[in-house]
Amino acid sequence: MTYDMLLLRFGEFTLKGKNRSRFERSVHNHIKSVLRPFPNANIIKEYGRLYVELNGESPEALAGALKKVFGLVSISPVRVCPSELDSIIKTAVEFVGQKELTKETTFKVTARRVWKPFPHSSQEMNHLVGSPLLRVYPQLKVQVKNPEIELRIEIRQERTYLFYEVIPGVGGFPLGTNGKAMLLLSGGIDSPVAGWEAMRRGLEIQCVHFYSYPYTSQLAKEKVMELTRILSGYAGRLKLHLVPFTDVQTSFVGIGQDNLIITLMRRAMLRIATTLAEKEGALAIVTGDSLGQVASQTLASMNVIGRATDLPILRPLVTSDKNEIIRTAIDIGTYETSILPYEDCCTLFVPKSPTTNPNLHVVERVEASLEQLAARIEAAVAGTETLIIKPDTNIGASSPNDEEPVVNEDWF
Amino acid sequence: MIYWDHAATTPPLEQVVDTMSEIMKMHYANPSALHRSGEAAGKLLKRAREVCAAALQVQPSEIVLTSGATESNNMAIKGAAMKYRSRGQHIITTGTEHPSVYECCKQLEALGWEVTYLPVDAEGVVDLAELADAIRKDTVLVSIMHVNNEMGAISPLADIGRIVKELNPRTLLHVDGVQGFGKLPVELAAWKADLYSLSAHKFNGPRGMGLLYVKQGVQLFPILSGGSQESGHRAGTENVAGAVAMSKAMRLAQEGQPELFARMTEIRDLMLHEIRQIPGLELNSSERSAPHIVHFSCPGLKPEVMVHALEEQGMLVSTKSACSSKLSEPSRVLLAMGKDTAHASSGIRISLGKEHQPEDAASLAQALRIVCDKLRPIMEREGQRE
Repeated sequence: MTYDMLLLRFGEFTLKGKNRSRFERSVHNHIKSVLRPFPNANIIKEYGRLYVELNGESPEALAGALKKVFGLVSISPVRVCPSELDSIIKTAVEFVGQKELTKETTFKVTARRVWKPFPHSSQEMNHLVGSPLLRVYPQLKVQVKNPEIELRIEIRQERTYLFYEVIPGVGGFPLGTNGKAMLLLSGGIDSPVAGWEAMRRGLEIQCVHFYSYPYTSQLAKEKVMELTRILSGYAGRLKLHLVPFTDVQTSFVGIGQDNLIITLMRRAMLRIATTLAEKEGALAIVTGDSLGQVASQTLASMNVIGRATDLPILRPLVTSDKNEIIRTAIDIGTYETSILPYEDCCTLFVPKSPTTNPNLHVVERVEASLEQLAARIEAAVAGTETLIIKPDTNIGASSPNDEEPVVNEDWF
Repeated sequence: MIYWDHAATTPPLEQVVDTMSEIMKMHYANPSALHRSGEAAGKLLKRAREVCAAALQVQPSEIVLTSGATESNNMAIKGAAMKYRSRGQHIITTGTEHPSVYECCKQLEALGWEVTYLPVDAEGVVDLAELADAIRKDTVLVSIMHVNNEMGAISPLADIGRIVKELNPRTLLHVDGVQGFGKLPVELAAWKADLYSLSAHKFNGPRGMGLLYVKQGVQLFPILSGGSQESGHRAGTENVAGAVAMSKAMRLAQEGQPELFARMTEIRDLMLHEIRQIPGLELNSSERSAPHIVHFSCPGLKPEVMVHALEEQGMLVSTKSACSSKLSEPSRVLLAMGKDTAHASSGIRISLGKEHQPEDAASLAQALRIVCDKLRPIMEREGQRE
């Protein structure tokens, strides 16, 4: 099949009145960034629509890249011709001829006249284009319900588009059009998915990761950097805050309240994330919580943990099943990295029987008895290291402990 | 001396040797160790796997590092046979496979598996109709090489893959890619290959290093058990320097492949033209064979005599495949192509490498002429005796 362009369709934000141009600008920029590896592709902006001229680039490869663009509802590879009856028929005959019609094939034509001054109605067009096709290709047989080929024709003033396919895009809102939030990013399967879901709803996210060296390894930290790198493929670049959590975490050990350790830890994380959010101007915290998955994700736990912050906590996965989450993780490319077997700070010091029903008063009393806690939380914030991670950041190349990069690209 | 035995092994590239030695000196730690040096070695291994995967257009998790193609082939064939024996005990291969595939199948036969050895035509290419006939419900594996190591026949892998998967989608397809990589395009997806073996020393990489591509979802019974290295497919401390050096050799081979193909084809065609004009020599390969192998027979003569005579003229060539060249039996591969014993016992293989130029073909042709003129009386006498 030869195609001239991709036709891109957008979703709900096109209804957004005054903010529309801001939304459009954001999508336009996002598309420009994912199309950078395809130098010949050229974006054409028209009212409410975007087109990408292929100029020889592969439509499949481009569609694959565009599936990362939030706000994009569907993509169609199209043939283009002038909006005149003769050239529409001529192009349709040639376009259908590119299909291998070796045996009898059912088909229909679905025309849409968007440009009303065009002299033939949509209904008429179905016949005007359908009849010559049937004459030229005797293998074709009209079938209105579920035909094997549906030739769609969209007639606009500037040109007419012919296409077969409507490839679904990822949908949602354009990148960063709904404000900023902090994502608690562990090394697990859920939090990267939650981050992606948040981004899809137009949130700009910054990642916050808590590490407990030497209880967790450098590799665990790099795993999170790698997850951030994968997510940055959807955002262009992402900030990652690496919070040294060892002192806060160890202060909960040995106070005789082992079953509360997870609750206390999660509350401390929220406090740190809240301070970072204030610094960065973010208005929410996103977590990978999924109802009932582990002890800290029961409703009772979420209640007690959530009270440690005044910011709204967004839990995109709260009602998702694990299998759905895993499927999304595979789709967005984080799964393989998430399942690498390194300890992270959430799996450390896990008590034998963490409580699923913590008592807020008890938790607050324990926290009050820990004199050092506030200072340690402050120190953790102060010790936070912030990295900017982009899709092409080479995570394995250097570790902060070494001056020399380990992976010398000349060797490969 | 001109070396004409690249199908047996290729000289390692200088960059590859440098990489290998630098890494052996700097990163000797066990890549599974937890400490920093171990981590560093682990990172190199990870990057090497990524580079190998990129060359084959597959995922890094689908690459299993091995000691070479013999191990890869054994791992693929025995591993699949053992893992999927509940699906049946039938394997299909050809009569012209490399010993590391052929003998594996023989071993499995001794253990009760049924093996179909597909016939090949006069050029050594497998018969697709016979393949289609041979596939059954209980066929676990089809193993067919990309390029034959003796006479260079190229298998129509896209057709083979299509036929195998159409007739039994559960049947695995293993491709021994050793002689094809770097010389011909590799298209694992188009071939629908589930398993694909390589050996680094065939494309100017390090000796003792190879890989097996195992398509995601395919499971193998591990031949080497022990630690959990290589996702449990192969126990044993990984050869980090070897893996990095192999990945480099793969990348370079892949990048140079189209240009090399064109140059080798030119040299090969010159040689075919020359050999056709020398009385007493009979070609077994043709313009349809792989570009780096020219194979002929000199009926009536022990091939060793030809090898040594050419050596006196400064040309290093080989008899059949190096792996079995010291055996004096006729070549199983040539017999399978329908050649008689006189042809099959007198095969000579000339195989090309990166460094050859068109003028080398002229030198070789001249050497062949001199040698044949000298040996002709003996060849004719021996021929009469038979």
